[in-house]
Amino acid sequence: MRLTDGVRWLPVWWRNFRVWRKLLGAALLGNIGEPLLYLIALGYGLGAFVGQVDGLDYVTFLASGIVCSSAMNTASFEGMYSAYTRMEVQQTWISMLTAPLGIADVVVGEAMWAATKSLISAVAIYIVAAALGAVSGWASLWVLPIAFLVGLCFGAWALVITALSHSYDTFLYYFTLILTPMLLLSGVFFPLDAMPPAVGYGAALFPLSHAIALVRPLMTGGELGPVWLHLTVVGVYAAVALVIAVRLLNRRLMT
Amino acid sequence: MDLVVNIERLCKTYGESRVVDGVDLSVQRGECLGLLGPNGAGKTTTLRMLLGLTAPDAGVVQVLELPIPAQARAMRARIGVVPQMDNLDPDFSVIENLRGYASYFGISPRSIESRIEELLAFAALTNKRHARTETLSGGMKRRLSLARALVNDPELVVLDEPTTGLDPQARQLIWQRLRRLVGEGTTLILTTHYMEEAERLCNRVAIMDHGRILALAPPRELIAQCVEQNVIEVYGPGLDAWLTASESTDEARIERLGETAFCYVANERPIIEELCARHDIEFRHRRANLEDVFLKLTGRDLRD
Repeated sequence: MRLTDGVRWLPVWWRNFRVWRKLLGAALLGNIGEPLLYLIALGYGLGAFVGQVDGLDYVTFLASGIVCSSAMNTASFEGMYSAYTRMEVQQTWISMLTAPLGIADVVVGEAMWAATKSLISAVAIYIVAAALGAVSGWASLWVLPIAFLVGLCFGAWALVITALSHSYDTFLYYFTLILTPMLLLSGVFFPLDAMPPAVGYGAALFPLSHAIALVRPLMTGGELGPVWLHLTVVGVYAAVALVIAVRLLNRRLMT
Repeated sequence: MDLVVNIERLCKTYGESRVVDGVDLSVQRGECLGLLGPNGAGKTTTLRMLLGLTAPDAGVVQVLELPIPAQARAMRARIGVVPQMDNLDPDFSVIENLRGYASYFGISPRSIESRIEELLAFAALTNKRHARTETLSGGMKRRLSLARALVNDPELVVLDEPTTGLDPQARQLIWQRLRRLVGEGTTLILTTHYMEEAERLCNRVAIMDHGRILALAPPRELIAQCVEQNVIEVYGPGLDAWLTASESTDEARIERLGETAFCYVANERPIIEELCARHDIEFRHRRANLEDVFLKLTGRDLRD
């Protein structure tokens, strides 16, 4: 078997998958347990006070948001803490680069793996949401490939941050200054209607709010907006990050 | 002539410092070449450029007749690398490390199984096949790194300090395996700080410093060309008195390092006779070795 150009990233993905399979318990607990706690505690606890949001039970409204935010968080953690460990502590990437793999193979393999983990967590949340009656219709299954795309996007940006970092401390800046504001202002927990209009315009720049604009109507059977616009925004964010990550890591590891 | 590596006028500058400054080097098929030099001499950078991991500022690199870095990927499919620091996968067992590394070459797990058995035997790790990498001793990890570098049956193996930090037994075993590889026709390039390692293993030795190759020859020739055949190390309270009074040292080249004088000389007899007559002095006579060549060419100053 010879690896052709298109799938040379596959062994990178496969390596991470095998490690994940070995450490399955802890990995599932971290990536799925926490978002489920949020979904159930906030969905019913807060939901009892909130009642209906946009014509939906709060837990139904929240479930579609949690699918997206969990995809974002899972891929970001994977692309930063785990990827940095492989790059600096374990020197896994160097061992790949002395074999016939290149930086682009490593970056694409890592981003695809981060996206895969986002998909796994989305599947788990989807199943629980379905059991809670918070999912409507077969079309809602489309949220799973969208969660994968969201994971690809945030995994790739996490790799950009990793390429710029010289310790784990840097990641906290990215979480606090970028991801947390995005999480709070993309419509995961509440609709942005009540906020000043400027917040809504700003949120249009967030890939996460575009993901939610797709996932929420798909999961709840609502009216879909401009699908291609939303997909394109998330896809362009992903592509740009992949290119930047390859450039930065080339400079960091290949000079 | 079958050249595995051909490097001409190779240069690399980082900022103000010329790390590699006009290196010419060729390695023939089946030979074991040693690259010696103090820390910061440019050995690792030279190896990185050879592997296509660093782009040279100037010069030509050809490995297995492929231009590097342009065709580095095709070249790396045919060579093996043992890095300075072990970068085995700590989450995997011995056998999983080998399988995983083979996958980077596009070798499927099924077709590698019989090869893996050979590699485990070669690395004396057959009993450890399911042991987690973290539980292995330093010598076992090194052997696994070596076995891993052989998954693709390489024509050339590049080893960056293969025995640094190992105990003598573990080192002997690595040497034995490297000799076996050379015996089977594999070309080896290794860097080392251990002179006896280079003397025992290498057909030719290149001594590098300040980004240049200072000398390149078989170890015995280097010793014959660069230093006198005998070394007498002299120390003791009477050292200064002896050095001032001695007549026998006129023929010798003397290097003073702290409390010890190193006398390099072709005919050792007169000095030894003189030293035997004194009771305030002790000495040790030995044949000159590669370390003497190394210290003569690169100096005795400490490099940090």
